[in-house]
Amino acid sequence: MTTDSVMTLSNIHMRFPFGEDWRGRPRGYVHALNGIDLEILRGKTLGVVGESGCGKSTLAQVLMGIRKPSEGEVTRNFGADHDVQIVFQDPQSSLNARMPVWRVITEPVFAVSKRPKAELRALAADLAAKVGLRPEVLDRYPHEFSGGQRQRIAIARALSSDPDVIVLDEPTSALDISIQAQILNLLKDLQAERGLTYIFISHDISVVRYLCDEVAVMYLGQVVEHGASEAVLAAPKHPYTRLLLDSIPTMRATGGLGEALSNTDLPSNRNLPTGCFFKDRCEQAGAGCDVRQNMVPSEQAQVRCCQTVATTPQKVSA
Amino acid sequence: MADPVLKIDGLEVLFPGFSGDVHAVNGVDLDVQRGEIVGLVGESGSAKSVTAMTALGLLPPGAFRQSAGTISILGRDVATMSEREMNKLRGGDVAMIFQEPQTALNPTKTIGKQMLRVIELHSDLRGMAARDRAIELLKDMRINDAEEILGRYPFELSGGMRQRILIGMAFACSPKLLVADEPTTALDVTVQRQVLQLLHAKARQTGASVLFISHDLAVISQFCDRIYVMYAGRVVESGPAQKVLGNPQHPYTAALIEALPEDADPGAPLASIPGTVPNLVNPPKGCAFQARCRHAHAACDSRPVLTDVGSKHQAACWLREEISA
Repeated sequence: MTTDSVMTLSNIHMRFPFGEDWRGRPRGYVHALNGIDLEILRGKTLGVVGESGCGKSTLAQVLMGIRKPSEGEVTRNFGADHDVQIVFQDPQSSLNARMPVWRVITEPVFAVSKRPKAELRALAADLAAKVGLRPEVLDRYPHEFSGGQRQRIAIARALSSDPDVIVLDEPTSALDISIQAQILNLLKDLQAERGLTYIFISHDISVVRYLCDEVAVMYLGQVVEHGASEAVLAAPKHPYTRLLLDSIPTMRATGGLGEALSNTDLPSNRNLPTGCFFKDRCEQAGAGCDVRQNMVPSEQAQVRCCQTVATTPQKVSA
Repeated sequence: MADPVLKIDGLEVLFPGFSGDVHAVNGVDLDVQRGEIVGLVGESGSAKSVTAMTALGLLPPGAFRQSAGTISILGRDVATMSEREMNKLRGGDVAMIFQEPQTALNPTKTIGKQMLRVIELHSDLRGMAARDRAIELLKDMRINDAEEILGRYPFELSGGMRQRILIGMAFACSPKLLVADEPTTALDVTVQRQVLQLLHAKARQTGASVLFISHDLAVISQFCDRIYVMYAGRVVESGPAQKVLGNPQHPYTAALIEALPEDADPGAPLASIPGTVPNLVNPPKGCAFQARCRHAHAACDSRPVLTDVGSKHQAACWLREEISA
């Protein structure tokens, strides 16, 4: 373990019960996270990518401490709970519509220590200026703002308790391209200035490539590939990462859309598949794929796939 | 050349509001030829959807006013058609696919019931023949156990599956024009790719024209033959997709492409477009992009018109000569 990690997740499992039988016992479990090991490095940006249902948002809740994992341990190397903050995808519903902007921004501070109004207002004005909002906005209400401006307010709110870590849950996917660029630049500037650690959850690979130092690719509640984002996105090792990257529409593509994929449905997370989770969709699936896969270090990343082991000289216990 | 499938001339649409009318569409000319896949691209509020909805007569009556312009579908002026005739047209010769596959299907009826209703309403097929047609449509959409799916309810299916069913339904009556409004925005990338591939193949196979609305430049570039770039209710650039996106002639298109993180250097700041879209209660007199444009000058106070900047490539900008130079 290196010393500069802010958070360490080891073997995190998260199960949600569903249904009840006549005695009130759950009929089964939804397995949202199935063994996540992640080390979050201070001052860096970790991108978490994957499709809907892969457990990205549950992971965010575990990181925030909103949910206690069913199994596994979260180690935090910083002070209090309010040292980790979150920016949500939808700035419409994540800001309290009945509070003026200055109250919205200082809510995290107000929640932990009651301070005089003048002090809170001064703090709000300071933060508003940081995120590029004019001081006169402080007494307006969230509905008066456009999506991009609301997201700026949400970022200012996340900053107000002076956190170490900010979880960004798809912060730009509801925004237009031109506004997305403004917000991404703002996030980069703030990180450089305050030494923030970001966990950036997204399905947009090009944004992750631009913003993140490291990337973790999730599939069905597991990290299937984790490494430096440049390396992983330039030369993906796991078949799922490759499929994901190949599916992204790009401006540079030539030769049309190609042949239609046949199977795009995710396996159910109620009854987890035996063996490799990706087996049924994988083109390279072979004999070794019938057992659960472990993370295998390769040159620049860790990959959860036995087929890559065959091509790399690392020793592994299946 | 035969009549275009869809032709819009000088369309202006406004929505009455308390603080004045919102001028959503401000003079849009657009046409879709037979067998062509045409893209409408722009940010939110650029009136891509309103343009398409007006063309199909889908905006709620009373909520809007079409203050100018003509729309003709398959050579017929929409203004002269009765509601009854429009209903016959929609779902038959003209089909639609919307963004949310959840809300487009009736949650209380099985897929089979809904598909058969469309087929029986717009064609002569009845009973088993209609059912066979439905199964065939689903098979074309790579739905393997089509017979079983017909008995399922929408909530039992994934988003990608629902969208594929809707595409299948849209093609049920061999439409001549298909309007697809952000059909893949709610889907994951792998599913999006599959849906786009199936839609593209089906359109080419049946010779249907497609009006494809999206905010995603990358999707548009791969999917469409020809595109219109819209900004603040106007078309600012149009032409073959590869030309417009490969060699944009309007500063807005160029800025939009530059703002994409796709090719950006992770170390450098992204080229964002400063400011926000203009308020359409008082739309700007001159060029709508003027306030955010780095090339803006005196001439921009009067409105530029679409002028040829290459073969079939048009842009509405006073500066186009200097940019292309």
